[in-house]
Formats: sequence, structure tokens, C-alpha cells
Amino acid sequence: MNAISGEILPAPPSLAPPAERATLGPGTPRRHGHLLGPGLLLLYWMVLSATGWLDPRTLPAPWTAITTGADLVREGRLQENLAVSAARAASGLLVGGLAGVLLAFLSGLSLLGGYVIDGIVQLKRGIPILAIIPFMILWFGIGEPMKVAVIAVGAFFPIYIQTHSALRSIDLRYVELAETLDLSRWQFVRRIVIPGALPGFLLGLRFGATAAWLALVVVEQLNASSGIGYMVTLARNYAQTDVMLVGLVVYALLGFGTDSAVRWAERRLLTWRRTLGQ
Amino acid sequence: MSAAAVRIRDLKRTFTLKGVLKGVDLDIAPGEFVALLGRSGSGKSTLLRALAGIDHEAEGTGEIALPPRLSVIFQDARLLPWMRVLDNVTLGLPRASHPRALQALDEVGLGSRERAWPHELSGGEQQRVALARALVREPALLLADEPFGALDALTRIQMHDLLRRLSERHKPAVLLVTHDIDEALALADRIVMLDDGRISADLQVAGRGDRTLIALQRRRLLAMLGVI
Repeated sequence: MNAISGEILPAPPSLAPPAERATLGPGTPRRHGHLLGPGLLLLYWMVLSATGWLDPRTLPAPWTAITTGADLVREGRLQENLAVSAARAASGLLVGGLAGVLLAFLSGLSLLGGYVIDGIVQLKRGIPILAIIPFMILWFGIGEPMKVAVIAVGAFFPIYIQTHSALRSIDLRYVELAETLDLSRWQFVRRIVIPGALPGFLLGLRFGATAAWLALVVVEQLNASSGIGYMVTLARNYAQTDVMLVGLVVYALLGFGTDSAVRWAERRLLTWRRTLGQ
Repeated sequence: MSAAAVRIRDLKRTFTLKGVLKGVDLDIAPGEFVALLGRSGSGKSTLLRALAGIDHEAEGTGEIALPPRLSVIFQDARLLPWMRVLDNVTLGLPRASHPRALQALDEVGLGSRERAWPHELSGGEQQRVALARALVREPALLLADEPFGALDALTRIQMHDLLRRLSERHKPAVLLVTHDIDEALALADRIVMLDDGRISADLQVAGRGDRTLIALQRRRLLAMLGVI
């Protein structure tokens, strides 16, 4: 009667150590990690060239770029042209950057300045840089001033736009704070506006430097008797693909180097920031 | 010439986002700790912003007389993230004030953190830096807009003790805006209640330390606010 019911008990729910969860963030950044992509590309190129899949007339091997580059350095042509190009890009970036920062502050800090300047800049922004070159030639001739002006215009827009938007997004609560602390207008600009706009300016500078190199390539291939672009154009006329390649590599290194320099400055200047991926 | 630290007469404010004032009269004596209590939307913050001179968006009339040196503490610590703690405390002050700022940091218990960045501090520590920034200006009037509202309960109790000690030592007149009756009873000499833009009650806090008396006053204030 008193039969033991033949029920099978379910196994007790087993406890387990907490799951090893993969982080959803990008993880800890490594030093020089951003070199990985360019390194892989170089490796791919080397393999293609070494196995003969890539015709040297289409694109010479990477080591050809190095030997030709060494030859050009020995002849003195590379550094000479590089110095000219770098000076052009630097002066264009300087002029465009100064104008961008100045106008961004004028239009970001005063309502009237904003109404006048920002409208014009937004209008002008729609015109591609290449389209203004004919006018630049008309106004500045075909010499150095025209080249610097085109580069300056190219660099101006990203720097203006990023700085201006950073200025406009400075927290109103900080403005209230500055008022209650009786900061003068100059103290307010120096302590709150400039540091607050700095991240935006540096971002704009990165884009602006890239734009400056881009404009440089265009103006040097248009009309020049010196510079990397001139060297490449000349090489094209003689079908010297290896020299053309050296020109490209130099442009790539310059762009990459400038970007790294600005990012280094960013890390130094913005130590107070803690964001994802830094 | 009145002996008051703060004198407000018939203060009216309209067109503000948070509330209106319909004629406020209030005097605060030097060194007096006044808590301004009221429901949200009663005009507490509007009154404080009018006194702090940051209510540009508001329109209104009335008379306000304030001591020249006043400090404001906001609900958020409002530290500039790009400045180290010490620079936040001395913001707008001459370099010669650094020793005094270090002393103020010491007083709020952050004597060793002057080189820290704000994001390295906890919420309570950040609010203590804001307190040091207010005190280093040696204000005759301290305006505080729900300064502990964003802190956890334990930190809030610590901050109450700190604020009480500091205000007893430095003796500024204090106007503390709060909706927390216990906070008002724990800190203030006097509680002013604001209701619909007008002062509806003005009472001295009696018998601090006497639990029964405090409990009685607490019930009375709750009743006035229409909670019980």
C-alpha cells in the first residue's frame, strides 16, 4: 500500500561559474596598432610583385620604390621637390587654418558674426575645390600665391566647420558658471571657450591637413616647375612608373605622418578626456 | 541701511521655464542659514537664479540687494573637465590664491587630490570640490540649488555634516534650495516655504537634536506641503 512512488527526481539545477563574457567594447588599444592595415596592404603588394602576378609596368614592386627613391635622394631631386611641396602645403595649411579658427571664433562667439559669416561659409562649402581653381588663376596668376591660396581654401573648410560646431556645442551650464564666478570675457574665452573648442579644432586640423595635401597634388600637377607633383607629372611624360610610384609613396607617407602628428598632439593636449577607443 | 545680508522686495518673475514669482519679500541676516522649501515648479530655482544673476531669460520687477561676494553651488558639481581640481577651485582668481585654495580643498577633505582630473573623482568628491570653489571666494552669501540632489543617501548625510561645519566656521549667509524636508531641518536655522510663486510660510527651526521637536516640525512641514 505504502508503495514508494517511482518518480524520478529531476537532477538538481547545477550551479555554474559565471559566464566568461566577451567585452562589447573594442578592448584595450595597442601601441602602433594603426600600422596593421598599411602593413597588411604592403605585404599583399610584395607577394603579388614577387610572384610576378603584378606587371612592373602596371605597378612596380615596393622595393623598386625604395631603390628608385634612394637614387632620387642621391641625385638630390627628391628632397628638393619635397621641401618645395612641404613648404607649399604648410603655408596653405597655416593661412587656411588661421582664417578658419579666426572666423569660427567670430561667428561662434557673436550672434551677428554667426549670421554674417556662417551663412556665407555654408554657401561656399557646396562648391568643390577644383571648381574654384580657374578663378584662383584669374585672381592670383599661375605662380606660388595661387597654389598657396587653393591649398588654404581646401584646408579652411574642415577647420572652420569643426571648430565652429565645437564652439557652438559648449555647454550652457559652463557659461552660467563663468557668470557666477565673475569671469571677464577674456577669462571666459581662455578658460572655457578655447579648451572646450580644442577637440573640435584638432579634428578639423586632421581633416584640414588631409585636404591640404589633396589640394597640393592638384595644383602641382596643373602648373608647376618644382614639387612632388611636378616630379610625378614629368615622370608620367617619360613613362617612368617607378618615379611616379615614389611620388605616390611620398604623398602617402606625408599624409599618414601629418595625421599621426595631429593625433599625437591630440593625446598630449586632451589628456583630460576619456573616451571609447583612446 | 538695513543690517540684512539679503533683502528682497516684491520680486516678480514671469516667462521662465521652471516657474514664476508673484511678489516675494525675503530678508536673510548675515550668517543665517535659510532653507527654501517647496514643491517642484513653486519658483524656488527661479528665485535662486534671480539672486545669482543668471536668469537672463526671465522678465520681472522688484528689488534685490545682495552682498558683493556671493558664491553659487549647482545641483551638478559643474567642474570644467579640462582643468585639474586645483585649477577648478581657483578659476577666475589670481595665482596668489593657490595656498588658500589648497586650504579649502583640505577643509572639504580633498587635500591630496589637487592634481586629479574631475572625471577621476566620485560624484560626492566632485561636489566637495564645488564646495571648495565656493568657499575659497569667502562669500558673504552662499546660494545652493539642490546641491545634494544627485548624490546617494549616504554621501548626502556626509555632505550635510560637511556643509554644516563649514557654514558654522565661515559664517556666510546661506540660501539652500531643496525639496527635502529632512535636509532643511538638519541644516537650516530657518525654513522659508515657497508655494506658487509666493512665500507661504517662514519658520525658525527649533530644538535641533531634540528628536520629538524635529519630528513635530517635520509633520507640520509635510502638512503644509500637502503631503499628509
